[in-house]
Amino acid sequence: MSSTLRVDWRASVSLTGRVVRWLTVPMLFPLALALFYGRGLKAILPAIAIAFVVGWGLERLHSDPAAALGAREGFLMVALTWLLISVVGALPYIFEGSFTAYGATSTLRLPVNALFETMSGFTTTGSTVMGDISFETHSRALMMWRQETQWLGGMGIVVLAVAILPELSVGGAQLMDAEAPGPGIQKLTPRIAETARALWGMYIGLTVLEIVGLYGFHQLGMAPEMTLYNAVAHGFTTMPTGGFSPEARSIEAFTAVVQWFIIPFMVAAGTNFALFWHVWNRDFNVVWDDIEFKTYLGAIGVLTAITAGLLFTTPGFDMLTNALEPSLRHATFQIASIVTTTGYASMDFNNWGQHAKYVLLFAMFIGGSAGSTGGGIKIIRWVVILKTLRRELFTAVHPEAVRPVRLGSTVIDEDAIRGIYAFTLLYLVIFAFGTLVVLLVGVPGQELSAFEATSAVAATLGNVGPGVGIVGPMNSFLPFPRASKLLMVFFMWVGRLEIFPVLVLLTHAYWRS
Amino acid sequence: MYTEGSAMRVLIVGAGEVGSSIAASLAESHEVVVVDVDSERVEQLTYEHDVLTVEGDGASLDTLRTADVGKADIAIASTDDDETNLAICGTVKTASDAFTIARVQNRAYLETWRHSQGVFGVDFMVCTDLLTAQSIVRIVGLPTARDVDPFAGGRVQMAEFEVTEGSPLAGQTVQEADRFDALTFAAVIQGDDVEIARGDTAIAAGDKVVVIGRPGSVEAFAAAVVPEGGAEEVGNVVIVGGSSVGELTGRLLSERGFVPRLIEQDPERARELAEALSKTTVLEHDATDAEFLEREHVGEAGLLVAALDSDERNLLVSLLAKRLGVSRTVAIVDNPAYVDLFEAVGVDIAINPREVTAEEITRFTRERRMENVAIVEPGAAEVLEVEIGEESVLAGRSIREAVADLPDGVVVGAITRGGEFVMPRGDTVIQVGDHVVAFVREDALDAVTATI
Repeated sequence: MSSTLRVDWRASVSLTGRVVRWLTVPMLFPLALALFYGRGLKAILPAIAIAFVVGWGLERLHSDPAAALGAREGFLMVALTWLLISVVGALPYIFEGSFTAYGATSTLRLPVNALFETMSGFTTTGSTVMGDISFETHSRALMMWRQETQWLGGMGIVVLAVAILPELSVGGAQLMDAEAPGPGIQKLTPRIAETARALWGMYIGLTVLEIVGLYGFHQLGMAPEMTLYNAVAHGFTTMPTGGFSPEARSIEAFTAVVQWFIIPFMVAAGTNFALFWHVWNRDFNVVWDDIEFKTYLGAIGVLTAITAGLLFTTPGFDMLTNALEPSLRHATFQIASIVTTTGYASMDFNNWGQHAKYVLLFAMFIGGSAGSTGGGIKIIRWVVILKTLRRELFTAVHPEAVRPVRLGSTVIDEDAIRGIYAFTLLYLVIFAFGTLVVLLVGVPGQELSAFEATSAVAATLGNVGPGVGIVGPMNSFLPFPRASKLLMVFFMWVGRLEIFPVLVLLTHAYWRS
Repeated sequence: MYTEGSAMRVLIVGAGEVGSSIAASLAESHEVVVVDVDSERVEQLTYEHDVLTVEGDGASLDTLRTADVGKADIAIASTDDDETNLAICGTVKTASDAFTIARVQNRAYLETWRHSQGVFGVDFMVCTDLLTAQSIVRIVGLPTARDVDPFAGGRVQMAEFEVTEGSPLAGQTVQEADRFDALTFAAVIQGDDVEIARGDTAIAAGDKVVVIGRPGSVEAFAAAVVPEGGAEEVGNVVIVGGSSVGELTGRLLSERGFVPRLIEQDPERARELAEALSKTTVLEHDATDAEFLEREHVGEAGLLVAALDSDERNLLVSLLAKRLGVSRTVAIVDNPAYVDLFEAVGVDIAINPREVTAEEITRFTRERRMENVAIVEPGAAEVLEVEIGEESVLAGRSIREAVADLPDGVVVGAITRGGEFVMPRGDTVIQVGDHVVAFVREDALDAVTATI
């Protein structure tokens, strides 16, 4: 390598290796399930071995990577980590398809599909290319690994690394900033490792609460399908706003009680976790005064009301027409699921009227709150954008007026506003360009409408999951050709890391000056 | 302690405009010693007034000893430098029991001092810029708290407000007006008559109301005293110049329901002001640009305050505004010689901050405020802070019981317990160690000091 490189890439790769080596620890859970159910060992065990060896090998590239970690190394480390864990995490799918008789028909034996599924998992997108979602072609261990990837990715792999690896405490804030959703991170405690632990602690707490609740309904006889396996599986994918389900019919497979119960957890997952920290510390005013939180709830409320109205008045739809509770439940569930970018479905919304589906597509562009596990553009950015637009209208009349943009009592820095505009514009440019490419490449043997392509790109870039039409909630992304799938893998990757940490790696200035 | 009428020994450090002016006012009835580093000024003062002068650095103990600081009853630090004034007070405290008064410009020091009284060795602090801003607000015809006095380390405030014509309070009884948490109505003062506030005490326009409570509640009360529609009557307010006085005026006015416009030329300062004053519209432009003033309809304003850093520009802006049709103009004038001149050529009111400060310090010194006692009306009533001892008549009893043993002219205004504010109610039991802030009418003073 040339000596003019200004990035100590060995340090970044070495740290990435460390994360990959640590990835073997969560893989022990599906391994235990494989032993318990007696199926899937051939998929998990070799993957663990390879992850360990690859991770260990990459770690050798640098003797003291944490010391060499600067801002640039941080970007590279975060971007590479998400790419590499998706590659390593894809191995069990490939192995199960290649080494077992029952998995021979699995669509995930193809590396492209396996990579798509894993990237969709870790980025908590929830788009799937699994042809047959059943325990016939996939072991329960592997299905749980699919759920677990979302749980690990939700609060952030790097945040987890900062929480448990003491050597990352110095550069930790920078790493978390590159990974965390929303503009900037909020430190909750003086030490970044403690902040990371607090975030993960709240995340684990809410996950456990949901699992206990779901299984409780099963025990009470109110949710016959919600076995312990399913309770854990869905607990793993709600709080990270993931959306994967081992049930082919997603949340439609469960009773109305379960559907109502999951809604508040999706809403909580799309909320800034710093607010839970304040609640935990009995500082309720902060929550009440939080403009992003109020806007977030308001957006969900308004969109739900519109959707519920549309469903209630759909002519000739037995399940929904003039049926208040189902209309309200499906509208609330679906809007919460899409706004928070979870991607669960309480019914096949492909069957809804066009208007209701347009509302869902619109909701994909809102996104969760900053500091949540949700994807998309994020509420806070829209709030700031709307406020600056209003300022533009005022200064058009009073050109000399100086009007800082405020969120509550805090003034937003003009540089931060510029960053927000740049991000949002870039997001929309990638979205528009991506849609065009996906449309032009098309789907072999099928008609791909502009609406379907639009929803597919919005769903992957915003880490939402399902779109409409051929990529609807009960369908899959399988029909797309390889090029489109790889492009969408890229969208999920940049969408999760909020574009800049990845795109900055493609600039000359990053490497050379 | 000294008794009224007897001459005090007053030490003034800093013989600039403020110091000289105070010395001149006090020299007749008190013994005044003036300390200054400037030999010329010192010499000039000796000839002009009947005062003793000492040349030297007032922050040094040697100089202060030469000035016989040990004998001083009151020490006033009135140099032009805030930090020097604080250092002077601190130094005075090491060598004397004198009551210290510091003049500061930076409001942050005043906030700190209000928060924990006695800090920096300062017993009373006068903030030049805030005083100036308050005088402007008073000119507009709005009530400002006169004499906000902090007690119990700043956790309790006593404030006196004048109820103006049109104030929602005028015509109400105390019971109707008492809508605030953590605020006690102590007295209603009509002329020289101090009436202890009871539920049915009537409040009339022209009365003064004394309240004691948590600082936030006192502020909320200040906003409520403002006459309804007061903002409409005055009309638009335009402040020119983002100086500290300009900023404080904007803040005080917006606290009273105005949406003032503030014009500041410097982009960075304008941004700073816009961030600090959320309810003020900040415009970044040269205020002497007539075309701009016309475009922003400044001529329709009811009041324009010129608070730029230069007297000449303040005059120019005021006259320009007058020509555009502004009803009233107020100009800040640094040079005291200009005050009359400005008013002669057409500025409605010219305010000299140093003069305002000197007046306040003089008034305060004359009213002889000492220790944790605030004189509400000289010779009529006082507010005292007392730490409750075991032998106190209040100790261990509810207020309702204890009041029966106290004379009529006493109101328990606030209690702090272990640093926390406690709202006094009839059934509140006062404990040994509590700090009680009480309003006491003159006729009850002796009985109260003996029993509490």
